[in-house]
Amino acid sequence: MSTKTDPSVLARGLRVIWSYIKMHPLPFTIAVTGAGTFAAATVASAVVLGKVTDQVIVPAFRDGEVPRDRVLWGVFLVLGVALLRAGAIVVRRYFAGLTAARVQRTLRTRVIDTYRRLPLAYHRSESAGELLAHAEADVEAATEILHPLPFSTAAILLILFATAALVITDPFLALIGLSVMPVMTFLNRSFGVKVEPPASEAQKAMGRVSSVAHESFDGALVVKTLGREAAEIARLEREADALRQHRVRFGHLRAGFEPAFDGIPNLGVIVLLALGSWRVSTGDVSIGVLVQFVSLFQLIAFPMRLIGWVLSDIPRAVVGRGRLEEVYEQHSELADVVDGATLTDAPLSVRGDGVSFAYGVHEVLKDITFEVAPNESVALVGSTGSGKSTLAELLVRLADPQTGTIELGGIDLRKVTTRDLRSNVAIVFQESFLFATTIRENITLERSVGHAEVERVARLAQAHDFIERLPDGYDTVVGERGVTLSGGQRQRVALARALLSNPRLLVMDDATSSVDPTIEHAILEGLRDELATTLIVIAYRVSTISLADRVLFLESGRIVAEGPHLELLRHPGYEAMVRAYERATA
Amino acid sequence: MSWWESSHGGKPVQGAFKILKRGLADSVEMRKGLGYTIGLAMAYSLGSLMIPILIQQILDKGLVDGFRPRFVYTWCALAAVGVVAVYLAGRATFIRMVSASELALKSLRTRVFAHIHRLSIAEQSSTRRGTYVTRVTSDIDQLLQFMEWGALSWILGGTLMLGTMIAMFAYSWRLASVVLFMVLPVILVLRWLQRGLLAAYEDVRTKVANTLSEISESVTGAAVIRAYGYDERMDQRLKGAIEAQYRSVIHANRFQATTLPISDFFGGIAMAAVLFVGVVYGPAWGMTAGEVVAFMFLVSLFLQPLGEMAETFDQTQTAIAAWRKVLGVMDIPVDVVEPDPGVVLAPGPLSVVTENLKFAYREGGLVLKGIDVDVYAGARVAIVGETGCGKTTFAKLICRLADPDEGRILVGGVDLREVSTESRRMAIRMVPQDGFLFDTTIRENVRYGRDGATDAAIEAAFAELGLTEWVQRRPHGLDTEVGERGESLSVGERQLVALVRAQIADPGLLILDEATSAVDPETEAALTQALERLSRGRTTLTIAHRLSTAERADYVLVFDRGEIVERGNHRELVAAGGIYASLYRSWLGNVQAA
Repeated sequence: MSTKTDPSVLARGLRVIWSYIKMHPLPFTIAVTGAGTFAAATVASAVVLGKVTDQVIVPAFRDGEVPRDRVLWGVFLVLGVALLRAGAIVVRRYFAGLTAARVQRTLRTRVIDTYRRLPLAYHRSESAGELLAHAEADVEAATEILHPLPFSTAAILLILFATAALVITDPFLALIGLSVMPVMTFLNRSFGVKVEPPASEAQKAMGRVSSVAHESFDGALVVKTLGREAAEIARLEREADALRQHRVRFGHLRAGFEPAFDGIPNLGVIVLLALGSWRVSTGDVSIGVLVQFVSLFQLIAFPMRLIGWVLSDIPRAVVGRGRLEEVYEQHSELADVVDGATLTDAPLSVRGDGVSFAYGVHEVLKDITFEVAPNESVALVGSTGSGKSTLAELLVRLADPQTGTIELGGIDLRKVTTRDLRSNVAIVFQESFLFATTIRENITLERSVGHAEVERVARLAQAHDFIERLPDGYDTVVGERGVTLSGGQRQRVALARALLSNPRLLVMDDATSSVDPTIEHAILEGLRDELATTLIVIAYRVSTISLADRVLFLESGRIVAEGPHLELLRHPGYEAMVRAYERATA
Repeated sequence: MSWWESSHGGKPVQGAFKILKRGLADSVEMRKGLGYTIGLAMAYSLGSLMIPILIQQILDKGLVDGFRPRFVYTWCALAAVGVVAVYLAGRATFIRMVSASELALKSLRTRVFAHIHRLSIAEQSSTRRGTYVTRVTSDIDQLLQFMEWGALSWILGGTLMLGTMIAMFAYSWRLASVVLFMVLPVILVLRWLQRGLLAAYEDVRTKVANTLSEISESVTGAAVIRAYGYDERMDQRLKGAIEAQYRSVIHANRFQATTLPISDFFGGIAMAAVLFVGVVYGPAWGMTAGEVVAFMFLVSLFLQPLGEMAETFDQTQTAIAAWRKVLGVMDIPVDVVEPDPGVVLAPGPLSVVTENLKFAYREGGLVLKGIDVDVYAGARVAIVGETGCGKTTFAKLICRLADPDEGRILVGGVDLREVSTESRRMAIRMVPQDGFLFDTTIRENVRYGRDGATDAAIEAAFAELGLTEWVQRRPHGLDTEVGERGESLSVGERQLVALVRAQIADPGLLILDEATSAVDPETEAALTQALERLSRGRTTLTIAHRLSTAERADYVLVFDRGEIVERGNHRELVAAGGIYASLYRSWLGNVQAA
């Protein structure tokens, strides 16, 4: 992030800011009005101080007496101006905060809406951390500039008002005073430029410290068994020291500038007092004017810094907003069907015709054609990367094939009403995702069903017994703040969830891989006996595969053989693969 | 990334000084020269007083009773020198503060990190690991921010207020008392603001954390949410969370908006009072016009730091909370105490005997409920049982990743607690399931198995396990980078490297945690062979997920809910018809069906 005022960054920054203002013009306008009032009141307070000095304080001590009403007027003006200033600050800060909060809400909601619209492939192409960062850190970065924005608008006004006031009261002194401005501007800019490299180095060093800590604690077991604690500590110390050095460099630079921002205006005040006294002595200005001058002058110093801050915030806002735009611009082809065909409430036939699918240039499925009869159970077998999981996802329309069609019960998937599809078709993944809530809610997903039904599917998934043994049974909270389930237990809960809607096509993508073989057997037999559904399973265990009526054997995106398991064993590729699985799982 | 975790836990600043004192006592780097730094800081902040005093002097002695150029210019020159001196004091303050606190925090970071590694696995559950990372990173950064900004602003602000007050009293104790009386209510306002601000910020943190966890669920569970048509409901939850966060931010904003202007508000009241009282009674009290004007400037100097200090309330509170948490980690006792010097184990296969072994993690009940085993040197033992039966914990105790709560472990006839650290690490090796590797090359990862192992020894270790060809086929052979946690390799490949890492130490006791996930056939074949060779001439305890491993073992231990329920060799156990037999039958079903 550079503070060099690169014209294109500045222009883009202004465009970004303008777009925010257009989003929520009212609070922004009020904030700027507050800021303007603040600027006016601030200048007025210096003027009042000068007038009061001349007309109240000096005469009071010189003449020993001033009219009481003049004193009261002075008091009233001092108080009034101060209260107006305080009030203006409240208005400015509150509405600046409101503007920022509203813009953040708007941007954040758009991120969420975009995520919802985008295909799963997008969610997978970015890490969860990245996706979270868009909604949180990027939004913060893009909008942080809104907090000081009204104030800096006011600061510009303040400098203008104050300069005008200075020039009107005494052009000669004004010239002296204003000569400090270029010095401050220069200081501001060179601070920004100098501090940038160590600041960004420190940022990177922090990242390294954190990744060492992550890695080291994740592998704590290995670190311990290998006795590498000392080496790990040395590694962290190295990174922590690099971080320290960058930060110290940054801090030392700052140490040179920070007190200068106070010191230089003070030097200006001293020069003003020296020359001003001479002007007072020649009768060109009054004492009050000199006091007013000093007071006005001190007012200018701070806003100059503030403008520097805003300018240095611009690149951050531009980068943050740019990252958000990248998200917003992602487009999706997968549209929900609202008013389409409905599926029959009976086991569904599945038909794929010339189905191809690619992730970018990487072809995963190549012109696949197959048929599954209603109520049939079919196993998809193939090595890692053969396209099984992609096919499974196409069957439940988590993505659409790029060419070819998939039909359920004779209807093109793309024409089936989404709601109808979701209630008739279910998929269970290998990675069983559970929400951080109760087991019951994880199974029902807020579908309205009674306990008897929940228990029925849990029994079918062989989950009921272990659930009953949990501290709160079906109402046990799982996840980070609750009970940790084993992989097999999680898979069984996920399976129960799928069974709840009484699916007419059930796709199990290696969904029982972590379940104990004995239990898996019971599950599959239960499904076969009690469920009227078409079943498509991806599995590695031979026992699972052999339960299926038929096997589709995939190799690098193509179906190379199909038929009952025992028949397929004659296919050399299939046989080799199954034997390897057997060794791996036996 | 869980900075929002750094909630204050409801505890207000009570005990803050205790925490601060302990933190300082702990940190030599911070204490060193601290007095000098504070002195400089005070000089720096008092520099602001020069200008009002200069104005007063010039008005009263150089202007009001006729222009006295010499007096004016001398004072101005002196003040200019003063400004430069103040600048230097300020610069020195910042440099000293940054240098000291960075050094202190680096050392604290390293100490906390080291302490965490010294804790036993009983303290290192997976949920805690994330928290530990936070302690070492963001919690310490909170402290840093406070030390370099917040703490300094308290020192500077406090000194300035005190100095201004003294100056005001020096000019006129009567007028100064008037000022003090007028701004007294600020204490009440500040208390109200502090309470409001802290509660509001706390609420914002909670709401932000909630939004993040909702979004996190929605993206990690995206597939399930879509496949089950749960997206509409999820959308409502997300929008609800965003709205709640917005409301909370707006609420906090009310306090933020009113914090800074309290200086202006009370400043205005005090200035008006100074004007009135100064003009009406000043002459009678023997004050001068310059003193009254200087008073007006002093009043705003006096109140100016208040707003800024109030703005750091939250930072201060957060820093103290963070410090408390960091110290909390340092307070967890190291429960595995290493013997010094300790017994060195004999080379060759080692026997393992456990007597009435009991163990519980900090949360939850007994995981091991009295385990007795007697494994002769060179035996192959398979441990089987359902997830959560205690078999992994048992294996960890044998490596002394934690000490048992009751009972003892004898390895090679020596109580494990008396075995020297070095000897234990070489003689007892555990190969964990995930085959965790460090982010470096294959070669270095193997070398971690035995410090100072030569390249030839590393190559020999690969050859001994029949993996020479395998490693040659990696893109850069032994110098192939494995990526973070070894993730550029597959699970099976990581295990291969982990096996070689064990081989190079030539341990007498090997503890293997078999992988559960399916591995591609080629790697599988390599693994089987490597395992076979690695086990030769050593005692092996294998947490078996495959019954074929159990079938080949000399001895099988069947764990169930923290107890050994069956033991014996494969044939005996099948004949006994218990848990093992039923496991075996289902496995047999698999094979026959094929």
